[in-house]
Amino acid sequence: MQRNCKYWPPVAGVFLAFFGLIAVQSEVWAGEGPFFVTYSHQMEEPGNLEITTKNITGKPEGGNRFLGSALELEYGLKGWWTTEMYLDGQATGGDSSVFTGYRWENRFRLLPREHWINPVLYVEFENINGADKTLLEVVGTDGKDDLTGLNAEARIEKKREIETKLILGSYFKGWTIAENFIAEKNVRHAPFEFGYAVGISRPLALAARPERCNFCAENFQAGVEMYGGLGTHADFGLTDTSHYIAPTAAWTLANGVRFSASPTFGLTDTSARFLMRFGVSYEIDQFGRAASRLFRGAGGAR
Amino acid sequence: MKLSRLICGACLLLAIASARSESLMEHAQQVAGAKTNPLAGQDRAQRAGAKLFARECASCHGANGLGGAGKAPPLRQKEVYEAAPGALFWILRNGALHRGMPSFAHLPEAQRWQIITWLKARP
Repeated sequence: MQRNCKYWPPVAGVFLAFFGLIAVQSEVWAGEGPFFVTYSHQMEEPGNLEITTKNITGKPEGGNRFLGSALELEYGLKGWWTTEMYLDGQATGGDSSVFTGYRWENRFRLLPREHWINPVLYVEFENINGADKTLLEVVGTDGKDDLTGLNAEARIEKKREIETKLILGSYFKGWTIAENFIAEKNVRHAPFEFGYAVGISRPLALAARPERCNFCAENFQAGVEMYGGLGTHADFGLTDTSHYIAPTAAWTLANGVRFSASPTFGLTDTSARFLMRFGVSYEIDQFGRAASRLFRGAGGAR
Repeated sequence: MKLSRLICGACLLLAIASARSESLMEHAQQVAGAKTNPLAGQDRAQRAGAKLFARECASCHGANGLGGAGKAPPLRQKEVYEAAPGALFWILRNGALHRGMPSFAHLPEAQRWQIITWLKARP
């Protein structure tokens, strides 16, 4: 589905619906840290739905400026099981705007109690095309060349992939420390591709203030994440791989809306030199209970 | 041989049944270490705890901890007032994932103690 200049109206609709929901919801904080790529072991609370937009913009060498967007719907099915759906799209200056596919992921917490290191298994099926520029992970020999092709040509390439991650997370004296090991396989062809992501973050204040506030230190989180590819199973290593380092910051308003931003710097010749990530998220409190009440009510009325 | 297997099976079933019937608080009292709340009795911590409770816990346990629409129990009750602070801290840290109670380990320790300070204060 290629639609010149028709990318923004749906995005505006999503934002309107998003802020409409905020107006009628009670205050619940979106829980995850300021990371864009790295996952910690924190799971979504059962019944809660978190809506997030993750965006990335940049102007790779030899290509036009682009904006990649992912709309993320994260739902807590159980305390140990979180499921998410991503809808991806992108707009490239001087080219077009395209819907690039979807991803469905599940995260399973493996140990019921909190430990020094907490493992979570992540399994994702993604059905995207070659024009996807959301860069939600970097694996294999992904590089800046993937960001410069024409949309009409790039979208012909189908990527139906299974991605697994081993997420290791820890909390230590207010710090969140997370390490992700990634293995990805195209279901039709291509070898296994590997990647990694690591991150560390901390709120600016550990204790909460008694008053409701927007600008108090406890509402700000700062951190840094680093991620990159590790080649394929036939050619494992750092040769021709891209790597990024990204300071990250998040600010949560008293009403629960969280803004996050992350300037991202490429570390190798195959990486894009500079990318800027930004996002907004909001958590809908006990969405599952409200939805089931709605359907039970509808059933009873018949 | 057959009888001993039967007895072993019955013991196992009894052990599982007794483990299931134990309340989360009873379990936490047994396994939690003797921790003291460094913020106990502080008015500022109590008010901050009320704010955090409204944000993190009220959706399940109800406004002011009086019980919600779901399965989560009310927290304004004797069992909570009399619980060891370490047991409440243990529950907040670990949750009970298979009973629907999430872990709140992502909150800094100071914020968890603030919530406990508020929970332990009788209205």
